Amino acid sequence: MSTRDRILSRIRRATAGAPDAPPVPRDYLRVHGSRTPAETADLLAANLTEYRATVHRTDEDGIARLLARLLAASRTVLVPPALPGHWLASATATRVHDDPASTPYDLDRVDSVVTGCALAIAETGTLVLDGGPDQGRRRITLVPDHHVCVVRVPDQVVDSVPQALERLDPTRPLTWISGPSATSDIELDRVEGVHGPRTLDVVLLGAQ
Amino acid sequence: MTGTHLGMPAFPPFPDAAREAVRDGVLRANLRHATHTIRGKRARAVAELADWERLRAAGKAVKDHTLRHLDRYLLQLEASVTAAGGTVHWAADADEANRIVTDLVLATGESEVVKVKSMATQETGLNEALEAAGIAAYETDLAELIVQLGHDRPSHILVPAIHRNRREIRDIFRSEMGGWGRPAPEDLGDDPRELAEAARLHLREKFLRAKVAVSGANFVVAETGTMVVLESEGNGRMCLTLPDTLISVVGIEKVVPTFRDLEVFLQTLPRSSTAERMNPYTTMWTGTHEGDGPSAFHLVLLDNGRTDTLADATGRQALRCIRCSACLNVCPVYERAGGHAYGSVYPGPIGAVLSPQLRGTAGAVDASLPYASTLCGACYEVCPVAIDIPEILLHLRERVVQGGPVTREGVRVRLRPAHGHTAERAAMRAARLLLDHPGALRAGERLLARARRLRPRRLPGPGRAWTDTRELPDIPAEPFRDWWLRERGNRP
Amino acid sequence: MRAALFVTCVNDALYPRTGIAVVRLLERLGVQVDFPAAQSCCGQPQYNTGYRHEAEPLLRRTAAAFAGYDHVVTPSGSCAAMIREHYPRMGRRAAEEGRGGGLAELAQDLVPRVHELTEFLVDVLGVTDVGAYFPHTVTYHPSCHGLRSLGLGERPRRLLAAVKGLELVELPGADECCGFGGTFSVRNPDVSAAMGTDKTAAARATGAEVLCGADNSCLAHLGGILRRAGDPMRTLHLAEILAATEEDPLEEDLLEEDPLP
Repeated sequence: MSTRDRILSRIRRATAGAPDAPPVPRDYLRVHGSRTPAETADLLAANLTEYRATVHRTDEDGIARLLARLLAASRTVLVPPALPGHWLASATATRVHDDPASTPYDLDRVDSVVTGCALAIAETGTLVLDGGPDQGRRRITLVPDHHVCVVRVPDQVVDSVPQALERLDPTRPLTWISGPSATSDIELDRVEGVHGPRTLDVVLLGAQ
Repeated sequence: MTGTHLGMPAFPPFPDAAREAVRDGVLRANLRHATHTIRGKRARAVAELADWERLRAAGKAVKDHTLRHLDRYLLQLEASVTAAGGTVHWAADADEANRIVTDLVLATGESEVVKVKSMATQETGLNEALEAAGIAAYETDLAELIVQLGHDRPSHILVPAIHRNRREIRDIFRSEMGGWGRPAPEDLGDDPRELAEAARLHLREKFLRAKVAVSGANFVVAETGTMVVLESEGNGRMCLTLPDTLISVVGIEKVVPTFRDLEVFLQTLPRSSTAERMNPYTTMWTGTHEGDGPSAFHLVLLDNGRTDTLADATGRQALRCIRCSACLNVCPVYERAGGHAYGSVYPGPIGAVLSPQLRGTAGAVDASLPYASTLCGACYEVCPVAIDIPEILLHLRERVVQGGPVTREGVRVRLRPAHGHTAERAAMRAARLLLDHPGALRAGERLLARARRLRPRRLPGPGRAWTDTRELPDIPAEPFRDWWLRERGNRP
Repeated sequence: MRAALFVTCVNDALYPRTGIAVVRLLERLGVQVDFPAAQSCCGQPQYNTGYRHEAEPLLRRTAAAFAGYDHVVTPSGSCAAMIREHYPRMGRRAAEEGRGGGLAELAQDLVPRVHELTEFLVDVLGVTDVGAYFPHTVTYHPSCHGLRSLGLGERPRRLLAAVKGLELVELPGADECCGFGGTFSVRNPDVSAAMGTDKTAAARATGAEVLCGADNSCLAHLGGILRRAGDPMRTLHLAEILAATEEDPLEEDLLEEDPLP
């Protein structure tokens, strides 16, 4: 008998005769509280800030100038395949286009990366990336030390985790980001900055 | 094979190991500081959600439902992962899991792997097995790195180096990092920021060159084959996305039926473990993704005592555990005894109910673990999947002293009472006989009252355990029932 | 109203003062108190150590002793929790073992009639000011079974706060276990003593004269530690404070040194 069959038969013996588990109660909240879209964006900003991301707000007219400022200290910036062209129109950093043949060492030499996102969750201060064309492969938001993530407000902002899962496609690679890299491994006290990007700038892009 | 392997050699009974820990002032201070820090934070994070109890009930129900139909969901998972480009392997025990992983690594031609913190591979002792096959396994979680560099054992589920303070960590980094790769800076201080930076530099060269990674998973979705890993530092993302080959070793109880079920656990797990609304990074992947991440993905499904645990109607609720470690952080016994006293990769209250089920109660430490609790109930109160740990502890105590039916390696057997409880068993029986005969009880109480002036300061034998640190209570001049007879005796 | 006192074996043999205090307190509040002599121990020591079968005769005895009483009052959170939480489980397990539903029926009949003292006062009698007088500073340690198994909540503290002359000071970390834990105290004496020492230190830091609780077993452990340290802080059961009045104060010697010669 294969191990697979042995494990399955052990499970069947172990659960034989056990009463059927009751149905899952789904009476928990879909959203915690009721907010206007503006309040939801404010909550997202507050929660991201609490976890040491830096939040900026701008509109389509101001985004090029804002990104140029955020990238002022960067010599190079990684660009996903379909980032809106005008976003980086004023940036002086050299654009590096993600090349499937590039190695992690190549990525390690890049200073910053700018991406969009799939959505953001206000209640938890979370950005979710799904590898879409304005976000690129997972590694490009990981190896460079500075990540600038643009969130379209209000379209890409949801209130809660349950709302986020409804909108996400599990067949895509998903990365949930809540603030920059952090650790609580020393005396269970939170400190920011280990392996992932140590600086996370979040741009809330919408009507001002 | 000989019993389920939890990655540990034989350990002394809990009270003996705990005695050493209680006397270690530095350890006591480290544990107290860390557990009290996280306790308050967790309470605040949980209090933010008005529906916490409903989320808790839902989490419990999702897990119970899954466990009830575990065969069905594992088969569905296997089909989903395979369809998404992954390969599924099944391991009945630690040895088989280690063999599968070792063979997979050897097949890549590589001789080193980077590892994301994983309880399952600690449980199987994978690092030692890989080392025996000439493969170096690098732990990349900061706390795991501290444990690995310090030639130490983990003492906490979430924070394996919780027993170490910043100065000890600095000393370990200074003396050991050089032997594994990039050394720590000469002038490394003990500021957590500096220590994290040293770990970043040390591990980055390993991440960049790694071709094979080994991980566990927090959740695995049967419906879609989606794997979920929650982490904080980014080491997980490094391991899960940079290498060509990814091998995930996952206990069979980690499966959840649907993607939607994650909406419960992604709310309860971060708040229960690191006391955050959300942990910094969560990675979800489904098989392999063309052009993004590893091109080969292997899922190793691990039994290692889980089906035996599932066979026990009371004990199986321990399989709901999502390894948040909230029970450790509130446990007053863990706080004093430390994680090592539990003699397992699973310390604290959940370890006290999990280890004796996964490994059986034959070993000295496993037979003592059900008693490593005052039954205060703080663990049950904070558990995000409502595992009634005190109930399982009592159930396992019964198994230890009375014996009873139990399933080991798939076979139902009848356990005999453990050795070493003969005197206690006789005392319990004698006490019960006395208590069940009020006439004898009253005579005994009066005898006690007459000897009250003899109340000793130190008792001999087992009573010494009390009088070593505590005075005995005064013996009253008469028991209550004599007062009642005298004062109210005219009434029924 | 008529109620049966379940004094518990520990109070019967070692803390009769607590039982006497409950009788005086309830009688003062107009309750007719009975003490069924057939009562003994609830079986908790056996059950909590793993000897469930040894606890079964004591379940039967307890159920028989209190048959026919609408209210059974006990000055022990842990014994009340034993009955409420574990008697039904014992009944269920016996049925699963093919030994019929007898135990389960006894448990089902008894459980709703059993009240821990503060539950009886607040929920059944509907009083929080019991007319007590106790001119001392008191801090209260809520034992785990009362706190978490029974969910006594604010009841004990509300009762204490209403006592004339009493100054109630909060105990930091009150919800943490004292380390007694029944046989835990002798099976794991080092951890038990460490927990107890931390608890008594927290109590001492409040500056209170009296450490009050509603479970004498926990108080025996904490009092034993205090006395071994030569500490003047006294431990007292809640019932004894509630029983004290201006006309009939608590004997002073209980607040002073060892009452034994």
